[in-house]
Amino acid sequence: MKSFFVTAPLHKNKPVIDRSKQGYRVLHYNGGLLKQPLPVTNLVEIQNLHFAYGDRPILTGLNMQFPRNKVIAVMGGSGSGKTTILRLIGGLIAPQSGAVKLLDEPIGRPGSPALYRQRRQMGMLFQHGALFTDLSVFENVAFPLREHTDLPESLLHDLVLLKLNAVGLRNAAQLKPSEISGGMARRVALARAIALDPQLIMYDEPFAGLDPISMGVTANLIRNLNDALGSTSILVSHDVHESFAIADQVYFLSQGAIVAEGTPAQMLASEHPYVQQFVNARPDGPVPFDYPGISLAQDLGLGVPHD
Amino acid sequence: MINRLITSLGGAVREWLAELGLAFRTLLAMLVSGLGLWRRPRLITTQIHFIGNYSLVIILVSGLFVGFVLAYQGYYTLNRYGSESALGLLVALALARELGPVITALLFAGRAGTSLTAEIGLMKAGEQLAAMEMMAVNPLQRVLAPRFIAGLIAMPILAALFTAMGIFGGYLVGVQLIGVDEGSFWSQMQGGVDLWEDIGNGIIKSVVFGFAATFIAIYQGYQADPTPEGVSRATTRTVVLSSLMVLWLDFVLTALMFK
Repeated sequence: MKSFFVTAPLHKNKPVIDRSKQGYRVLHYNGGLLKQPLPVTNLVEIQNLHFAYGDRPILTGLNMQFPRNKVIAVMGGSGSGKTTILRLIGGLIAPQSGAVKLLDEPIGRPGSPALYRQRRQMGMLFQHGALFTDLSVFENVAFPLREHTDLPESLLHDLVLLKLNAVGLRNAAQLKPSEISGGMARRVALARAIALDPQLIMYDEPFAGLDPISMGVTANLIRNLNDALGSTSILVSHDVHESFAIADQVYFLSQGAIVAEGTPAQMLASEHPYVQQFVNARPDGPVPFDYPGISLAQDLGLGVPHD
Repeated sequence: MINRLITSLGGAVREWLAELGLAFRTLLAMLVSGLGLWRRPRLITTQIHFIGNYSLVIILVSGLFVGFVLAYQGYYTLNRYGSESALGLLVALALARELGPVITALLFAGRAGTSLTAEIGLMKAGEQLAAMEMMAVNPLQRVLAPRFIAGLIAMPILAALFTAMGIFGGYLVGVQLIGVDEGSFWSQMQGGVDLWEDIGNGIIKSVVFGFAATFIAIYQGYQADPTPEGVSRATTRTVVLSSLMVLWLDFVLTALMFK
């Protein structure tokens, strides 16, 4: 397998493979070391991916790139396979064929130590927050820090408060998840997702069910956090206005395949019928309102000859 | 007709084997991941406290009443042969060898087992287990293994408490109410109960039952469909499977221990 973890002694032309310096190129010169981030432009890549639930295909021949330090929106109707993409990147499910790569390394198989190592570079915001209901807001955010670090309690306390402050919920630290609203729960979940400063943050429908004020606040939060952490954000959403406001790049997904991609401005100007229908919320277009099948008249036995 | 019967039977057996294989793989993965828990004993002690607290009252009250009934029924039978002085021995042997571990396991499955299944099933339905996975935390190690080890430890303790309460109940009815001689009640018990043969075998049974009942409970929760209906079905399955498994294991163990 090709490795991108290469050490290159400056005094020789012969590159040396060094897997221990993951994520960096280490340059040796006069007995010293110079660590440089590797020139991997895409943090995540999906290559010719096929995925099905049983006999029902969800994603077919999918190719996607998620460049570093960008906010990428994945949009599409219900059941188009958006959330499945996040679950595949997170290794919660495995594709039937094709590859999902994080930093040019294939995502490990479910349960493998390699996958758990890769997940330490990821954060994911679930649609309903998925907070631990038996823990307080503070303990929810502290959870990944307690699990993965041996930080002294005082430092951990300060870090958690800083994360909660970033989402505007520092003063709700002692509340239980049952005592906060859905929008607040999602912000707590966001604070928990960024607790370990991940390189990749995935958002599953972050705007669903939020009031307009919370929606704007959440959108700005996603953009600001991405820029502050220097991470890459993948945003799965239906909401055209908020997603276009913060995204650098947009993918449109329909029936398990990419139908259009580009910047928000390019998408707004797109002539593609699916994009037109989605962006302008038109009831008629390539996406039918009715689930495919027989007509209502046939179902009611109207105008159809009886046996 | 016969072809269809054979096909459906084959399909059912294949499904059952696949389920059994998955259960053993989960058990193995949980045990391996649980090895790392020695550094975090608090996760286990918290669960022992939780599981023990859940079951303690019902175990103690049930033990007392089983002791009452045993004393009445035992006296009724022994009195026919003029052997009522052996009532203490009868109560102690019945409880230590059989009733203590079995009834405790059945009550444990109904009380702590169902709550374990529901808790883990609801964590799955609320995507808490998936969230844990995404935080690079293995739910088998963080959620399932501590509960399993706690059940394994709590079960023999609960069985011992059940037996002790049962003997006390037998004493109240036999000695205080019916009037069996107190000296012979205790001395026959002391002389007739063997530490290894009776108490030891009872402890072995309770550990095996604890293993089965706790694993079934957490496995059902872990594999539950993430819906209210799925969690409800998993909880019911926990009680049915645990009870049947405890009774079957009791028969096997008794046959092996019988001399």
